[in-house]
Amino acid sequence: MMKLDIHMGLQRGLIVASAVFVMAGAAFAEDGLTSLRGNVPIGDSSPAPAISHWQRDDQLIERNFAEQPPLIPHHIKNYRIDLHSNKCLTCHNRATAQKTGAPEIGPTHFFDRDGNPTTGVSPRRYFCLQCHVPQKSVKPLVENTFRNANTE
Amino acid sequence: MTDNTSAGPLTRCWRALWKPGTRYATGTLLIGGFIAGIIFWGGFNTAMEMTNKEKFCIGCHEMRDFVYKEYQDSVHYNNRTGVRATCPDCHVPKAWIHKVVRKIQASNEVLHKVLGSIATEEKFEAKRLELAKNVWRTMKETNSRECRNCHDYQSMDYMEQATRSSRSHQSGFDQGLTCIDCHKGIAHSLPKGFEDGKL
Repeated sequence: MMKLDIHMGLQRGLIVASAVFVMAGAAFAEDGLTSLRGNVPIGDSSPAPAISHWQRDDQLIERNFAEQPPLIPHHIKNYRIDLHSNKCLTCHNRATAQKTGAPEIGPTHFFDRDGNPTTGVSPRRYFCLQCHVPQKSVKPLVENTFRNANTE
Repeated sequence: MTDNTSAGPLTRCWRALWKPGTRYATGTLLIGGFIAGIIFWGGFNTAMEMTNKEKFCIGCHEMRDFVYKEYQDSVHYNNRTGVRATCPDCHVPKAWIHKVVRKIQASNEVLHKVLGSIATEEKFEAKRLELAKNVWRTMKETNSRECRNCHDYQSMDYMEQATRSSRSHQSGFDQGLTCIDCHKGIAHSLPKGFEDGKL
């Protein structure tokens, strides 16, 4: 008897759950919400977005808030960062920036997490793309209401 | 006259080489020599061209597994216009005499292949700086001759170049720099420590 109850309970639960899913699906459709791949059936291919290109005019991109990591105004295709070498640092490192005319990496990059100075770039700052990224002129995937603090 | 019958076969052949031909007509010798010359010369160049192909270069695992893989990430392998520069385009001179000199130098590479000097990734990484410096030095000495087979700075349109490239090219050429002075590590990974400016 006890066992049967559990089964009944499970069944009821499943029915309720699927009903919720169906209603939720209907609600999404009504609101015009779609997944990132659009309102395309699973089996079909959604049309690919137009190919966009990296901003590469080498003009400094203004920061939107204090301490924002500067953005990269050039393409970085095939720039390798690995155990042995870091392509970004061949121009932006302290030792090379003066010669190449590239912006030098900031002094904060030469401290470990305990605040001790390091001789080279600190390992936690070594992977540039964790903070610095190149830019493309594309329509944002989701609406963003962020406003630059300086313009207010 | 020396007695031919008492001399050895090699000596007799050597002497016959320097006497006027008596058995064959001059025409036969001329035409025969001409055809043999074509076959020999053609064969020599064909064999040399065969060793000048990417497929030949990556016939050894040292090239295929290490440097070739890095090159596949580079713009010389894959780019907008589909023009490729393969191994020999950069590493073997085009001019015949320089090419033959390079091919003779390559016997050293055969020796180190046999010795297994860079047979593993660890051994290769340990030698990367030395090997890279060899190539950089050669490029510097030849004023980046192999680069300039395709990239002629007199044909560069600075107006079409990106701001950064245009500025750097003009100031670089004014200082008398050559391609390799700046463009190191464009097809292969850089040696450890390069970005610290110590190399």
